[in-house]
Order: sequence, then C-alpha cells, then structure tokens
Amino acid sequence: MTDGILTLTVNGEARRLVAEGQRTLLELLRDDLGLTGTKHGCDLGECGTCTVLVDGKPVLSCLTLATQTRGSEVTTVEGLADGLVPHPLQKAFAELGAAQCGYCTPGMLVTAAALLERNPQPDTDEIRQALAGNLCRCTGYIKILDAVKLAAGAVR
Amino acid sequence: MRLPAFGYLEPSTVEDAVELLAINPGAEIIAGGTDLIPNMKRRQISPSTVIALGTIDGMSGIQVDDDGGVTIGALTLLHDLAASSEVPAALASAAAEIGSPQIRNVATVGGNLCLDTRCGFINQTESWRLASGLCLKADGDVCWVAPKGEECVAVSSSDLAPVTVALDAEVGLVGPDGSRTLAASDLYRSDGIDHLGKSADEIVTALTVPPRPRWRTGYRKLRRRGTIDFPILGVAVAVEVADDGRVKDARIVLGAIAPAPMRMRQAEEALVGSRLDAEAIERAAELAAKPVRPYDNVDLGSRYRKWMAPVFITRALQDLR
Repeated sequence: MTDGILTLTVNGEARRLVAEGQRTLLELLRDDLGLTGTKHGCDLGECGTCTVLVDGKPVLSCLTLATQTRGSEVTTVEGLADGLVPHPLQKAFAELGAAQCGYCTPGMLVTAAALLERNPQPDTDEIRQALAGNLCRCTGYIKILDAVKLAAGAVR
Repeated sequence: MRLPAFGYLEPSTVEDAVELLAINPGAEIIAGGTDLIPNMKRRQISPSTVIALGTIDGMSGIQVDDDGGVTIGALTLLHDLAASSEVPAALASAAAEIGSPQIRNVATVGGNLCLDTRCGFINQTESWRLASGLCLKADGDVCWVAPKGEECVAVSSSDLAPVTVALDAEVGLVGPDGSRTLAASDLYRSDGIDHLGKSADEIVTALTVPPRPRWRTGYRKLRRRGTIDFPILGVAVAVEVADDGRVKDARIVLGAIAPAPMRMRQAEEALVGSRLDAEAIERAAELAAKPVRPYDNVDLGSRYRKWMAPVFITRALQDLR
C-alpha cells in the first residue's frame, strides 16, 4: 500500500513529495515541481511530447503514474544541459533550426539523448526508429534528423 | 484530462494480487498502463482500485524451455520481446510494431494479450460520448455501430493475440483456485465487452509457445501510420514445411477485424500439400479474406480494410517463402 509519500530523483536532485495515486508523472513534473519544459500534448500516449527519461529510458510521462516512478531517476529536458553549457543536441537543434513551433522539441531532445547514450553514432534509420514515437506537427523532421546527426558528431 | 481518483495497491506476489482482486470487485490491474491510463482518462472505466503488478518478482523474462518451447513472463516488456531472437519471428515482429518506442519501454506482453477491445464510439472523451449517446460497452444500451445488434462489436486490437493463436500458444493463469493454463485460442471471446475467456479474478502470468522447429512464422499489420497506431488488420501466419518443401500444416489468423482473432481454417487446409507457390498463396488469401466483414468502427473504412485483407494475407505468406 502506498503512503502517498514519493521519493525520486529529478534531474539529479533528490525529491520527496506527497502525491495522490492518480497523479501522473507529467502533472507531478509540471504542476508540483514547476518543470514546464516537459510538454502536455495529446495526454493519451500518441504524440510523444511529454517524453522524459526514467532510469535512462524514454517513457511517456502522461501515461506514467507518478507513484510508479518511486525510487527512479527522472530526467527532463531541463536536466540535459551541463550547468550553463547546453547539451550537444540542444546546440545542434538551435544551430540547424530543428525547432519550428518548438512544442515537440523537449520530447525529441530527451528521446534523442537516450539514443546517443546507448548508440553514440546512429545512422539515419536508427534515428528515425528511435524518434518514431515523437510527432512533429510542423512536420520539420529533416532538420531534426540532421540535428541529431550533427550532435552525434559532437558527442563523439 | 485528469485521472479519476482510485486506491492504488502494490502486492509483492501474484497470490496477493489475486487476493486483492477478489476483495476489491471492479478493480483493474496495471502493468505498463499504456492501455488502462488512456481508458481511465476518457472515463471508459473508473475503477475504485488499481492493483499494480510492477512490484511482483519473477514475472518477466524470456526463457527457453527444456522441450525447445519458450516461456515469456507476462511482465516482459514489449521492447524485450521485440529484441528477442529466441521467440518465433512472428512474435518478435508483431511486438516491434506495437505502439511507439516509448510505449514498448513500459508496455508488457500480458497487457497486450489482455488489451481492451477498441471502437470509434468508445475510445472518446466522456463529453463526446455523453453528447453522441452512450453505447453498450460503457453504460449505454445501444450499439452505435450495429444499432440492431445486441452484442458489442468493439475490435480486438492486440497485435500479439492473432500471433499467439497462430503459434498454438498457451497462457498461464493464476486465480483464487490456483493456477491453470489456457489455450490462446480460448483466451479470446467474440464479445466486445466480455472479450477475455478467463475469469475476472484471474491474472495472466506467462505466455508459453510450444516448440516449432520446422515452422516459419510471420506477421503483417495494416494501420494508417507506420508508427504508434493500433492495427486495423493484423495477419499472423505460420506454416510447417516438410522435407519435400510442401506445407504440412498451416495457421492463418486475422486480428483487428472482429472482437476476437479469427482463425481461417478453410484457407489453412487449402495450403496443406502445396509448395507455397504464387497460385497456392493466392487461393489461400482469397479463402481467408472471404469471411472478413469488418465493421466501420475503427480507423479507415471497412471496405478498404476488407479490400486490404487478401493483399496483406498474400504478403504475409510470401514472407514465408
């Protein structure tokens, strides 16, 4: 039985929170922790913009109960930069204009970061497969693929 | 959309989970939650209690059995099933086509096997459904797809379901009276509401695939987009090929056209004795597609889905050559 107290690590910081059983991870991050970088999109697991990393793996925060992440390490887009130095993916996205309206970008960034973590030099097909669950409503996919490739060079 | 309030329980053994299920009527089980959470957000179901299986040990993993078959724990992630070289090809490729990478990172084998049936009149927000009129599957008394019908025709939308039937697989169940196995073909019922042939107080613990040394298996899926979407036609095929290159036994099972996967026995029989040549495949595809009568209740039109049935069956069988 859950006591409603939730401990987890968010972007490297230990957090202790009170969360009702029906709280989603997305609500916890945005509403309780003020981490609004993670976006609220379809709310039904179809668009991927709410993607965060739980123990390094991309998952949909809108479909995850906060309580299911007890003891986990959660990384949001706010946690990608190293202090004031942006993540190579963030630099590459900015450099190539891989964000149009920008709403899908946080999900794209964390999903791509997880890909580069496990496969530092992905080919185009591997990038496409990894980002298959992240929709860009502006359909700006070419720049996004290019940016991940550029960042892969930098990460290397 | 906020989730309705519910009590959240985390048993540490399957037996405890079964007991909690028995004393909390109407409780729902959660594993990955990728089916349950959207359905709850849309208020298709509002269980007072949700019982999580994630904290139960020993229910995940893929294990090769002594007889050469494979046992897959119900909590095995679809990501891991898709990546497995130990399971029949059809099972891995069907798993790889379920949802998105993010969904496969949390969704489980048991969850997909027990996936709720889907329909354009039920997978809608509560306000949409109240405005259009409630249906048989949730709180209403009419089916908006087939208004004269008395049965719910929501569609079995599991990709693994037709594959498990084609592989003659079995599921392991644990309930108040202990454990038992059930043929995958008996796990599915042709009823969009009560679509599982297990009782509500039983939990699926594993999927067992018998040894299939001389079988070739495959899966083809029709959907609007190449990612994320549920199937609107799934074709699972398996053929046993004898030394002389002729088909000794065959399975053709169609998913996502009815409340349960449909085994096309006439077409299977037509394949037996053939060499899987173009002519035999065409005949089998025609026979298998003939009984397909999809309702207009999921994505794309029913006529298009019927039209695509022989095309996808042909492709699935061609993959096995």
